[in-house]
Amino acid sequence: MSEPTSPDGRSSFLDSKWLPWVTTPVLLLAMIATWQIYVSRSGVSAFILPAPMAVAHAWIDLLGSGRAWHHVLMTIYATLAGFAWALVFGVGLGTLIGRIRWLEATLTPFIVATQVIPKVALVPLFIVWFGFGITSKVIVAAVLAFFPILTNTVLGVKSVDAGHQDVMTSLNASRWEIFRRLELPSSMPYIITGMEVGIVLSLIGAIVGEYLGGASGLGFLLVSRMNAYETDGLFAVMIHMTLLGFVFYFGIGFLRRMLIPWHQSANM
Amino acid sequence: MAVVRVDPETDKAPVSVQLSGVSKTYPTRGAPVQALSPTDLSVKSGELVVLIGPSGCGKTTLLRLIAGLIKPTSGTVDIVGTNLWRNNRRQGDAASEMGVVFQEANLFPWLSIEENVALPLQMRGSDKADRSRRVQALLDLVGIGGFGQRWPRELSGGMRQRAAIARALSYDPDILLMDEPFGALDAMTRDTMNIELQRIWMETSKSVILVTHSISEAVFLADRIILLSPRPGRIDSSYDVPFSRPRTTELQSTIEFQTIASTLRKRLTEIS
Repeated sequence: MSEPTSPDGRSSFLDSKWLPWVTTPVLLLAMIATWQIYVSRSGVSAFILPAPMAVAHAWIDLLGSGRAWHHVLMTIYATLAGFAWALVFGVGLGTLIGRIRWLEATLTPFIVATQVIPKVALVPLFIVWFGFGITSKVIVAAVLAFFPILTNTVLGVKSVDAGHQDVMTSLNASRWEIFRRLELPSSMPYIITGMEVGIVLSLIGAIVGEYLGGASGLGFLLVSRMNAYETDGLFAVMIHMTLLGFVFYFGIGFLRRMLIPWHQSANM
Repeated sequence: MAVVRVDPETDKAPVSVQLSGVSKTYPTRGAPVQALSPTDLSVKSGELVVLIGPSGCGKTTLLRLIAGLIKPTSGTVDIVGTNLWRNNRRQGDAASEMGVVFQEANLFPWLSIEENVALPLQMRGSDKADRSRRVQALLDLVGIGGFGQRWPRELSGGMRQRAAIARALSYDPDILLMDEPFGALDAMTRDTMNIELQRIWMETSKSVILVTHSISEAVFLADRIILLSPRPGRIDSSYDVPFSRPRTTELQSTIEFQTIASTLRKRLTEIS
């Protein structure tokens, strides 16, 4: 692999892939420094905005707390379980809708309707139906991730190359062979893009579910910190949530490189 | 006008492809469009036939009808003596006598070159050892023996098209159907591929039906050139090309070659 070069032919640092590895920590430090300066100069109350060091301490406390790890595991479980359901139904239904014209015509109005409902508005209903336990969180996580996975799958199935279809026809492929050897692998980049959006929405769904009901998960922890006026602890839980989001997102990125190494997107 | 045949042997050869009254009409919102009027065509075993004509003459339609990629509106397509269509269904045993190469290589980007070539064998359930042996032999035949492990996107257009030819030959069909196979390649690569195709054809003794819009490609490759004319698509005339094989690039500068080429060009201009 050759180094990227600027128009005059010399290798330019501004074009290099190492750039974000330098700029990201620098910008992050600058933000924290600004935050620290603001807190010490303005004398703002620690209930409104705690100092970075106070947040850091609260976060380290959180890392050392076994109870907090239990909440983390509950949120991970709700997110992944909901995401798994969304994946199964999204890819399954998406494949059918992408292939069967009349099914698409029949279902599209309903799918659009379920999409335009602000889905978090359904959370209280799910709690009424499924209780304060983990089930209602799993369902919220599933409902939020379902739509992007479905639409991307439909797009993927519809984007199968006509020339590739000719090849399969000329090889006398059965319906199953066409699905397994052409439609599925060719839709894979689209499905993974849907998963990338979906996993983050699943996390949001799980957390919102935890806000409103039950006594476990990072969402619950966040609300209890708020009620206790522990703003530094609240920030610490937010850091946990953010890191969890990163882990999930990069987990899908890892899947992308495993499942579709042939695709351009796997090398970005 | 047609050049006299010099090789009487092939006239006795068994028939690979037999079209009787085959036509194709596409329904449109207005009047139906006849892409191909009723056509008879017979291709002998081992013959290299080139279909040429201006755009809209139905040459690609004709090839796709032979391949069974589209169903004829009327008439029958016989492949090595078997009717291609029965009860509205494409017959697998007739279809497996044909390998198709398209203008684009149409390799699956998620499979390596050797997996692409092995795909038809895999779908026929041949075992792994047999498959990899056959695939290596095919890659050697088409001249990309060392590239089996690569992704298609890592190969040049010409090499991808070689892989597509290997894939079409993998299950050893009697007939190779090629729809402007080198149309997307640059002129130099195209000349090389013509020579390579002639070599592969001579080594495998397949029947080849090839669609092109290049007159020199047609004269260089063909035993017989079928010229089609448009509106509606139909066979206009047919020309035998008597040059001995293997033909070389120098042949293209001979008077005989130029004579056939200019005859074709004149007729093409008249009917376009």
